[in-house]
Amino acid sequence: MSATLAEKIIARAAGIDRVSPGEIVTCAVDLAMMHDSGGPRRVKPILEQLQTKVWSPDKVVVVTDHYVPAVDADSAAILDLARKWASQNNIEHFYDMQGICHVVLPERGHLRPGMFVVGGDSHSPTGGAFGCFMFGIGATDMAGVLVTGETWIRVPETIRIDINGALGDGVVAKDIILHLCARLGMGGGDYQVIEYTGETIASLSMQERMTLTNMTAELGAMTGLIAADNTTTDYIRNTGSDPGDIKRWQGDQNAVYRETHRVNADKLEPHVAAPHSPANSAPVSEISGEPVQQAYIGACTGAKLEDLKMAARVLKDNQVARTTRLLIAPASTRTTAAAAADGTLATLTEAGAILMPSGCGACAGYGAGVLAENETCISSTARNFKGRMGAASSNVYLGSPYTVAASAITGRISDPREFLNEDKQS
Amino acid sequence: MSSTITGKVWVFGDDIDTDVLAPGLYMKGSLELLASHCLESVDSDFASSVAEGEIVIAGENFGIGSSREQAAQVLKHLGIKAIIAKSFGGIFFRNALNYGLVALTSDELGQIKPGDRVSIKAATGELIHIDENTQLNCDLLPPGLLNMVEAGGLVPHLQQILSQQAEKGK
Repeated sequence: MSATLAEKIIARAAGIDRVSPGEIVTCAVDLAMMHDSGGPRRVKPILEQLQTKVWSPDKVVVVTDHYVPAVDADSAAILDLARKWASQNNIEHFYDMQGICHVVLPERGHLRPGMFVVGGDSHSPTGGAFGCFMFGIGATDMAGVLVTGETWIRVPETIRIDINGALGDGVVAKDIILHLCARLGMGGGDYQVIEYTGETIASLSMQERMTLTNMTAELGAMTGLIAADNTTTDYIRNTGSDPGDIKRWQGDQNAVYRETHRVNADKLEPHVAAPHSPANSAPVSEISGEPVQQAYIGACTGAKLEDLKMAARVLKDNQVARTTRLLIAPASTRTTAAAAADGTLATLTEAGAILMPSGCGACAGYGAGVLAENETCISSTARNFKGRMGAASSNVYLGSPYTVAASAITGRISDPREFLNEDKQS
Repeated sequence: MSSTITGKVWVFGDDIDTDVLAPGLYMKGSLELLASHCLESVDSDFASSVAEGEIVIAGENFGIGSSREQAAQVLKHLGIKAIIAKSFGGIFFRNALNYGLVALTSDELGQIKPGDRVSIKAATGELIHIDENTQLNCDLLPPGLLNMVEAGGLVPHLQQILSQQAEKGK
């Protein structure tokens, strides 16, 4: 009998030979990740009420990223609680202010193909780029995992998205996913699994694959998956981890998919999502011209090293418009260090960008850089829900780091390809 | 096991997201403060007018977005007992059940208007539209999840598991 990649991982975690879509199974959790907002401050009272301890502290990763750095007594107290809880519960893998959880987790070698991982954050599908089954849960579910080491799932069907062809210069994974959001809608994933296949996926770097699986959350899917290949194993070995046997973690040739959607990468244009939904996206040519007071390059999906390099390529020898502020919050401290070492940060700041701390920042309105009433921002983040980045009447457009950088220069939403020529190779 | 929930409904459209239910700007404050801003950008009267025992009727993708379970918790805090929607965001659906909120899907909600009264029996999926005197149907929850909701959510359920383990250990 054939099985999809998701079904193979779930069956292994459930300790049975095979699973079928629709069936409810209980799975052993290989790794549980949580952050300062949905983590210790939410699970501590539940564990105390149940008078029990963490089942396996070495399988827990805690990252502070939502309220960093503290801006007031409330956020300082949330971080203080996270630090004390991690210490009291012997959480060895505690990353304090080292960057956004979805980027820190792979950077530090915690993700390997075939793992069954839960994350206390909806962008946990990011981990699916590494061929592991990682999905988001709420804090009470997380408390259940911390107590029992297990969680239940209804085995999802797998929807395949097969992407072939070569992306044009200035067109990246963010444009693919914004295109898919418009095409399938926010409910298109129907809380099933989306597996990305095809020659375009094979050609993408790990950071670009992460952008794609990260925003699979915006399709309403349980998670996104990309089967491991040599790109995956090279990345994991570079972190000092052992990727294991990746041949075991591939879907079967004749696996049953609920449906298959095909994308021609050759023809894809840069995409921008208009307020107030990622599904409200269209080619940039249909949206360009809208004035922006803020341009934001940040978040798990939009401020990795390659994202910063995209922005730098556009901003080199250019200046941010006087009517616009460009805020850049690198996704992790390692991202900042690498961007400082290779000159990327200098290019960005010389163009007038303002450097922000690594963390979730303005993306969800938790950190610095939020918007005033009626302000408009173009952002490399994942969501543009009403009021998410600040005042209820503010407007957020989503685009790739290329598109955000180009728009920062002109002060209006702009096609980045006008700023990319042969002289400006990355 | 066969409890019935009867109450006045609030009706919302498609794509009510977590950031509208539990706005990020208030996520670090108290539950009371967060709840007072619940749904304010789509219905500024909701948080101040909603009463104990009322029911939310919604369209597609209710609770889509973040994993923040406060999106379900504030509804419970404000007195909501059940949410019937065409479909839910997957994480929100789990969070609602974990908080003991009845969350059911149905394709038969089109005739229900704001302020109407309905009666729901989660165990059978029966939804009585009292104003129209019609019976509608909801999809059934799997038995395990129904038991958890009837027990009050995941924490009481975990309490049961732990006390059973303690009994065995004696």
